[in-house]
Amino acid sequence: MSAPEVMFPEEQRQISSVCQRLHRDANAKAVLLIGRDGQPIAEAGEVGEIDVTSLSSLTAGNVAATGGISKILREKDFTSQFHEGEKTHVHITLVAGRAILVVLFDERSSLGLVRLRVRKATEEMARLFEQVAKKAAASTGPSILNEITDADIDKLFND
Amino acid sequence: MSFINYSSREINCKLVYYGPGLGGKTTNLQFIYAKTSPEAKGKMISLATETERTLFFDFLPLSLGEIRGFKTRFHLYTVPGQVFYDASRKLILKGVDGVVFVADSQIERMEANIESLDNLRQNLIEQGYDLDKLPFVMQYNKRDLPNIASVAELHEALNPTNVIEFEARATTGVGVFETLKAIAKAVLTELRRGSGG
Repeated sequence: MSAPEVMFPEEQRQISSVCQRLHRDANAKAVLLIGRDGQPIAEAGEVGEIDVTSLSSLTAGNVAATGGISKILREKDFTSQFHEGEKTHVHITLVAGRAILVVLFDERSSLGLVRLRVRKATEEMARLFEQVAKKAAASTGPSILNEITDADIDKLFND
Repeated sequence: MSFINYSSREINCKLVYYGPGLGGKTTNLQFIYAKTSPEAKGKMISLATETERTLFFDFLPLSLGEIRGFKTRFHLYTVPGQVFYDASRKLILKGVDGVVFVADSQIERMEANIESLDNLRQNLIEQGYDLDKLPFVMQYNKRDLPNIASVAELHEALNPTNVIEFEARATTGVGVFETLKAIAKAVLTELRRGSGG
């Protein structure tokens, strides 16, 4: 099993604030940041009605399938996708190969504006992910993982 | 790949149910979904054909409770079992933390089981994993059917490395939660071991 991905509170706060800024600057309905394996990381905007867990998993599956298509076509990863709906449109971008940025928007915005704002946001997010990776690599403090005991694990499965 | 969020205090892990077509992978997830309390589960998604064969994957998010103040969340996936969906199976194995192999106990499916297990091993290698080093649980499903191989025969053909194994009847739930608990426990134990704990 490979080393787990991590997220720290400071970078989480900064990534959330990039999502909020993108939501505002792109006139988007909602912004979601998802790990490549489908775990939700951050969100901004009108997400109350949305099943974020399901959307995250399906988006990650979609990105993985598109990555598979790009391999067959001997193309590098397709870095962005656009789905045009009747009312809601979806823009999907890879962030530094580590995460997936999803922007949901409607007639209050446009694809051009979303693309423009996404470019800047992904640069900032890529920097923050780099920071997380460095911090995780340098981390020498006790991790939650090595504090876990057999008894903790057994307790989870007590009926 | 597991994901630990120190901000939202969550540990996320990905489990994949693998095995030959019509072996009961989706049925395992459906039973778990039906018997789990609403607050512990998310929506179950099935990307299936019109004839209810899995096309891409089934997905079920589950919360198993807290460890040391961290919520443990498991994302359960199945792969499509049919041979020609191999490209999809490879994608679903990306980032996997633990695998359940759902074998079909019927004698006539023995070859399909062996082929699927070889396919699992090969596809994991392509993703940079070694099945022998990954948390792995074997389930012999359909034990209620008449024309089945003995557990000893299944064990010999499919489980030479002696991973933990269960007999199951996924349609009625026999062995389903035992399998889930075993793989979840193995994943958490491996996570701790990997961190040096």
